[in-house]
Amino acid sequence: MSDNNTLVRVEKLVKHFPITRGIVFQKQVGAVRAVDDVSFDIRKGETLGLVGESGCGKTTTGRTILQLHKPTSGDVYFRDINLVEANDGTIRELRRDMQIIFQDPYASLNPRMTVGRIIAEPLDVHNIGKPNERNDRVQELLKLVGLNPYFVNRYPHEFSGGQRQRIGVARALALNPEFIVCDEPISALDVSIQAQVVNLLEELQQELGLTYLFIAHDLSMVRHISNRIAVMYLGKIVELAPRDVLFANTLHPYSIALLSAVPLHNPAAERARKRIILLGDVPSPANPPSGCRFHTRCPIAEKRCEVEDPEWREYEKGHWVSCHFVEKAQQKM
Amino acid sequence: MEDREVILDIQNLRTTFNTQEGLVHAVNGISYQLHAGETIGVVGESGCGKSVSMLSVLRLLEIPPAAIKADSINFKGENLLDFPDHEMRKIRGSKIAMIFQDPMTSLNPVLTIGFQIKEPLKLHLGMDGEAAENRAGELLKLVGIPDADSRLADYPHQFSGGMRQRAMIAIALACNPTLLIADEPTTALDVTIQAQLVELVKELQDKLGMALIWITHDLGVVAGLAERVIVMYAGFVVEDAPVDSLYEDPRHPYTFALLKSLPKLHEKPGEQLETIEGLPPDLLELPAGCPFVPRCAFVKDKCRTENPGLEEISLDHKIACWVDIKTGELR
Repeated sequence: MSDNNTLVRVEKLVKHFPITRGIVFQKQVGAVRAVDDVSFDIRKGETLGLVGESGCGKTTTGRTILQLHKPTSGDVYFRDINLVEANDGTIRELRRDMQIIFQDPYASLNPRMTVGRIIAEPLDVHNIGKPNERNDRVQELLKLVGLNPYFVNRYPHEFSGGQRQRIGVARALALNPEFIVCDEPISALDVSIQAQVVNLLEELQQELGLTYLFIAHDLSMVRHISNRIAVMYLGKIVELAPRDVLFANTLHPYSIALLSAVPLHNPAAERARKRIILLGDVPSPANPPSGCRFHTRCPIAEKRCEVEDPEWREYEKGHWVSCHFVEKAQQKM
Repeated sequence: MEDREVILDIQNLRTTFNTQEGLVHAVNGISYQLHAGETIGVVGESGCGKSVSMLSVLRLLEIPPAAIKADSINFKGENLLDFPDHEMRKIRGSKIAMIFQDPMTSLNPVLTIGFQIKEPLKLHLGMDGEAAENRAGELLKLVGIPDADSRLADYPHQFSGGMRQRAMIAIALACNPTLLIADEPTTALDVTIQAQLVELVKELQDKLGMALIWITHDLGVVAGLAERVIVMYAGFVVEDAPVDSLYEDPRHPYTFALLKSLPKLHEKPGEQLETIEGLPPDLLELPAGCPFVPRCAFVKDKCRTENPGLEEISLDHKIACWVDIKTGELR
C-alpha cells in the first residue's frame, strides 16, 4: 500500500476513550471505541477527504494522527517515522510540518489575543526568527490568506466567521507545514463564504504543495476538493476510493445511502430520484453492534453480517471496501 | 396554485431591534402570500432575517428591544397584529405551529417527552387524562418513533438528536395546525437523519394537508421539498419564484451567484468554485441603494442610489433588481 509518494501512513489505528466509574477508586467500566482499526495512507500533495456522520470518529482520527490523542494501539508513520514510538522531542520537531485547522472559527481563536499574536504563536513556541522577522512573517501570512496586513492588531471578535477561518488557516501555515488536517473547516460558515474558504485552501495547496486530510460531513464539498475519499462509519472506514470511482461505482451500502441523502440543487432531479432512507440512528460507539457495525441499519444485511466482521479488502485497484455483500448492494440498492 | 385560499398574507413587514450600538434593521419591508397546503422555502444566509420574519409573524419577539411594524399580517383573513396577547396565545401552537432549529435546546430537559406533547393538547384542545395520553402516544407513533407509548415517559436526554426533532414535530402537529413553520429543523442533524426527517415531513404534509414554511440556508433541501422559494438578503426578499424556475432560471444576481457557488455532484470536479466576494451589509446602517451592491457583478449607477422593490417579471416570478442579468443592462 505504501510507496515513495506516501506522506502519512496509518496502520491499524485504534483509539478508545475509557469510561470510568467512581471518584476515589476509579475503575474502567467500558470504552468509547471512537476509532477502531483504521488503515489508510495519504500521498504527497493529495487531498484525502474523510466523511461520515457526527460521532463516527473522523475528528478523533485526525487528532490521533497528529498525536493530539495518544493512540490505544496501531501505528502512524509520517515520512516513515513512527509517531507512536517517537519521543516527545521528535514529535515536537515534526509538529512544524503537520498542522491542523479547527472546525469552529469562533472557539479556536483566543479572544484575548490580537490576530498578530495568534498567528505568531507557533513561531514563538518553536522559537523561529527574531521578533521583527516574526512580524514580517505575520504580515506575509495575512496577505497570503487574503486579509489586510493592517489587521494585525485587531482582536478576533472584530472579524466575521469566514475571516476568522482565514486567520486559523494563516496560523496553520505559519511554520510552513507539509501536511494539514482540515477538521470541518467550513461547516460553521455560510454557503456564500464556504466557497471562498475552499478556494483559498485549494490555491494554497497548489502554491505551497500542501497535503490535506479534509474532514467533513458535506459530501458535495468533499467531492469538490478531494482526490480520494474515505467513508467512515462508527469508528471504521467502510470504503476508500478515488473520488470519481467512489461516486460512479459506490460499493458499500452505507456509502450508497450517504450519497443518496445528499440534497441535489435541482428540483426535478431531486423529486425524481429515489432516496435510500436508513432506518434508525447511529448506534453508540461505546457499545457497537457485533459483526459488521452497519448491520443494524443496513437494508441488505444477512445473518453473516451479525457475527462476522467483514474484511478490509481491495475490491479493485485502489478501491477498498469492507462488506460481505458488495455485489448484492450494487444490485439491490 | 391561485385557486387555493390565501391563508397567510404578509404586507410590508418591518422588524427592528433597539441595541446598544443602534437600531438593527433585521427585516425591511417584506411581503408575500401563502396558500392553503402550499410549501414554500425561505432561503438566505445567517442574519438575513428569515427566522426573525417568522418570529415576527408569530409575535414571539420581545418588545422592546424588538419593534414589529407591518401594513398587515393576515392569517385566514384576520390581522395577527390586532390580536391581544391572550388571543395570540390561542393561535400559537394550535393554528400556527413552529419547529425550532436546535432539538437539543428547544425541549425542556426536566419534563418528560409525554408531558411536553400533552401540553398543547391540554391547553388548546382541553384534553386530559387518558385521552391526552393516548393522543400523545398516537402522535409519537405518527412521527415514526418505535414503541411510542412506552417512550412517553422518557426525558429528552434519552432521545437522540433525530428522535428529539421527531418529538418536536409531534408537539407541533398535536393540534392539527393550518400552518407549520419549520426553522432550519435539520441543520443540526446528520445527512442521513436529515433525509429521514424531510421524508417524514413530506409524508405528514400529504396526510394532514397543512401549509408549510421551511426556513433553511441549504438550497438543496428546498429543491426537493418546496413549491415556491423565497430568497432573502439583508432583510429584503430579493427573489420569489416557483421552485423549478428559481433553480433553472434564477434572475436576481444574488440567487444566481449563490447557485453557482455550490459544488454540484455532477460537475467536473477540481474547478474553482465561483464565490460571492465580500460580506453581507451591516444591518445597523443599510445603504441607500440596493443592499447587494458591494457584492454584485451587475452593478449599475442606479443600483447605488435606489433600492429596487419586488416586481413580477414573468408569471409568478418576482425579483428585486434593476438589472436583467441576461443582458447585463437595466430592465
